[in-house]
Amino acid sequence: MDFNAGFSIVQMDVLREIGNIGSGNAATSMSKLINKKIDMQVPSVNVVAFDEVMEMIGGPDKLIVALYIRIQGEAPGSVYFILTKEEAEFLVRQITDDTEFKLLDDKAPNDIAISALHEIGNILAGSYLSALSDFTGINMQPSVPSLSVDMAGAILTVGLLELSHVTDYAIVIDTKINDQSDSSGIHGQFLLLPDPESFSKIFSNLGINEHE
Amino acid sequence: MNDTHTVIKVGIADLNIVTAPDTIRTSGLGSCVGAVIYDLPKKIAGLAHIMLPNSTFAKQTQINAYKYADTAIDRLVEQLLDNGARQHALKAKLAGGAQMFQFLSSDTMRIGPRNVEAVQQKLTEHQISIVSLDVGGSCGRTIEFDPDTGKLKIRTVNKGEAVI
Repeated sequence: MDFNAGFSIVQMDVLREIGNIGSGNAATSMSKLINKKIDMQVPSVNVVAFDEVMEMIGGPDKLIVALYIRIQGEAPGSVYFILTKEEAEFLVRQITDDTEFKLLDDKAPNDIAISALHEIGNILAGSYLSALSDFTGINMQPSVPSLSVDMAGAILTVGLLELSHVTDYAIVIDTKINDQSDSSGIHGQFLLLPDPESFSKIFSNLGINEHE
Repeated sequence: MNDTHTVIKVGIADLNIVTAPDTIRTSGLGSCVGAVIYDLPKKIAGLAHIMLPNSTFAKQTQINAYKYADTAIDRLVEQLLDNGARQHALKAKLAGGAQMFQFLSSDTMRIGPRNVEAVQQKLTEHQISIVSLDVGGSCGRTIEFDPDTGKLKIRTVNKGEAVI
């Protein structure tokens, strides 16, 4: 399909609903994990230039903690679960009772904490993807998740590479989840970046005509 | 200190040129390569933020020439020469080409090193020697080049700042 021509209103709604269902499921998992109520925002679907993808996260320089999962199967793509450094630290402290935990500390990294963070990401992204797979009826096989603490630009480029062979724009389905505390809470962000060829598969499986 | 220079920012799959006292910067290089080509006596430099090695495999009808190593280096050299740089004086510095995640499929996985190789090959074609480089590894880099001194500042999350 012509990637740059944009989507119809119905198609945008479908993509938004995909983000909704995935994140809703992930928010429930998160809520169980930290035993707090988790809210989620209405997802946004944006067709953006690569530079703008970085801006959505806070700029290419911004230090982020990201869990990256590559989706294989009929509708390949990339999923990121993104936290700031402080949020990731907060989350690890909640779960491991290690109140001193800091990422990128001079001391040797705490293996248990890193492993916990990895597992949190794994659970959240797993529930995101399984909801997506159930909804679309598309078999999606997640890769082993990978954790990275680095600059947003460097991390997000990985998910843009497949797209970059075909286009200079990415379709980003972006959902934020928040716990209800005001200050040092969790504001996780899910980014779903389907590969170009996946859209027609998603739409046709949901009974949406490409030109509807 | 009365420092009034401007920092010119280069986005992903983009390029630009700069003359002293301004500097040029690109942020968050992962598998992408930041290629700086400069004429030090003339105090002019160009920076390309290259995303992919080769435009001949592009599946687009209208390609963005700044995205690929082969086309971006050509354009960068062209723009530098148009703006007073001299072919024989051109030198290059490179940074980036990291592998951010370990598990990916072989093709995507090697994109960092392949970008570096493609840029090196293209520079050889243009007979531009590489003065220094900081490539590979698994960390993101933000780089800033000063055409006045010829120094390339490289910042990473873990290792702080280095100059090559």
